[in-house]
Amino acid sequence: MSVITAEPRRPGGLDLERVRADFPILAEPVHGRRLVFLDSAASAQKPRPVIEAERACYEHAYANIHRGVYELSERATAAFEAARERVGRFLNAPEAREIVFVRGATEGINLVAATFGRSALGPGDEIILSHMEHHSNIVPWQMLRDSHGVVLKIAPITDEGALDLEAMARLFTPRTRLVAITQASNALGTLVPIARVVEMARAHGARVLVDGCQAVPHMAVDVQALGCDFYVFSGHKLYGPTGIGVLWGRRELLDAMPTYQGGGEMIRHVTFAHTDFAPIPHKFEAGTPHIAGAIGLGVAVDYVAGLGLDAIGAHERALLAYATERMSAFNDIRIYGTAADKASILSFTIDGVHPHDIGTILDRSGIAVRAGHHCAQPVMDRFGVSATVRASFGVYNGTDDVDALIEGIVRVKEVFG
Amino acid sequence: MFDDDDLRDLYQEVILDHSRHPRNFGHEDHANRRVRGSNPLCGDRMTLYLTVEDGVVKDAKFEGNGCAISMASASLMTERVKGMKADDAKALFRRFHELVTGEEAPSDPALDKLAVFSGVREFPVRVKCATLAWHTLAAALEGREGEVSTEEA
Repeated sequence: MSVITAEPRRPGGLDLERVRADFPILAEPVHGRRLVFLDSAASAQKPRPVIEAERACYEHAYANIHRGVYELSERATAAFEAARERVGRFLNAPEAREIVFVRGATEGINLVAATFGRSALGPGDEIILSHMEHHSNIVPWQMLRDSHGVVLKIAPITDEGALDLEAMARLFTPRTRLVAITQASNALGTLVPIARVVEMARAHGARVLVDGCQAVPHMAVDVQALGCDFYVFSGHKLYGPTGIGVLWGRRELLDAMPTYQGGGEMIRHVTFAHTDFAPIPHKFEAGTPHIAGAIGLGVAVDYVAGLGLDAIGAHERALLAYATERMSAFNDIRIYGTAADKASILSFTIDGVHPHDIGTILDRSGIAVRAGHHCAQPVMDRFGVSATVRASFGVYNGTDDVDALIEGIVRVKEVFG
Repeated sequence: MFDDDDLRDLYQEVILDHSRHPRNFGHEDHANRRVRGSNPLCGDRMTLYLTVEDGVVKDAKFEGNGCAISMASASLMTERVKGMKADDAKALFRRFHELVTGEEAPSDPALDKLAVFSGVREFPVRVKCATLAWHTLAAALEGREGEVSTEEA
């Protein structure tokens, strides 16, 4: 029933063998089997250059940054700020100082909600979200609703899991101040046409925050071409370290926003009577940051740029198409998220078998998938399920991984007879 | 074919049967204890309806949905605790917990049919699936109302 390819095919022109050789963890057996890692949408594995960059930082160039007058601190500071430049180029940000290092996309969104949100939005002002947001792009806005009386409006999605642009257009009013929306749904894979959303928002004078977590690993992102106002992503989903992420914002907005956390690093001068704050980006970076993490993230963005985001995108699209085709051969498998434009995420259920049982059985074959609500419970509710299985594909996945998944599914059906 | 002993131990026929055809499944208006249990890590939710009179569990029903382990656990648990003294049911939870966490030999005779869950010990991330119903039962026996979570227990 399943096709076993002797050699993993290489859709899209990515040199899969070389890419796999960059990821040491892929040599790690799981339950005595080859690791088939299909959970990159939760957190991607790390290539050797990223691992080495963190190690090199601690071994050769580590000290606190922006403070020391000595050689090591200068090296660390230079590497940290060089990482900011690299991330700025990666997003085609007009200026590197518009790149704020945060713990992850979650903190980036919370930062915008706590600063821009609390200063620029008030009772009756409206924020539009989509029905397929991750909890991290819902809860901070609910907190702002509860503290500042803003009104949340939810743009619906279609049965295919695509954003319903027409319905969304009707949600705009003269009170719409912000659209906070994902560029790629983590639960469904759906890509959102951000440029169209920005166009609508602009026509109503609203700002746009884009959650790019699931987009940056799969496609070239140019914040100037998108036309958005804020863009956030997490490093660990982009083959970078955990605990480091990025908020990009337009300089004039960041300049005008009040401070976020208070502490060291974000000040210019402090007396007990008064504090002058540092300029951006430092005014949003209180305390000692994740120095090695930022440096590792700088290497990660260069790594994916080196592979080529067009080549990555083509490779993953071909894999998604292959996986979707093979899954469609089972009449008891339902796929959630069938929009035309998708990132390489395949969310599915098998009739009569709960996703957690599927996840456990696949794991015994060395196959790592996510089983659950994907921190997107409104999406689950929309489709009337409590959980799905999600296979997500990254640069190191090949058709052999899809074949292993299909064999694993056959095994699930054997167990549940 | 099916060559994984741990998996075979986990998904025993009794467990698959109870997950497909859960006993004591459904709403019960006349219960005097009603508690919702949830496992926030996976989103599983169940409601347990208990009728407790004179310190004895007269009736037990549940509804909800979840994985095979959690459904079978709720099904076998409700079957077992009906007619039991509340204190005995609570003591049974302790033995069941030891069974699925691997602290007790699966041969404990008091467990009887519940011993089919001994395979869970090889799957630490599934322990909460097996104990969700029992945490909910414990809350109901203690007279707690509302919702309990596997993360607070």
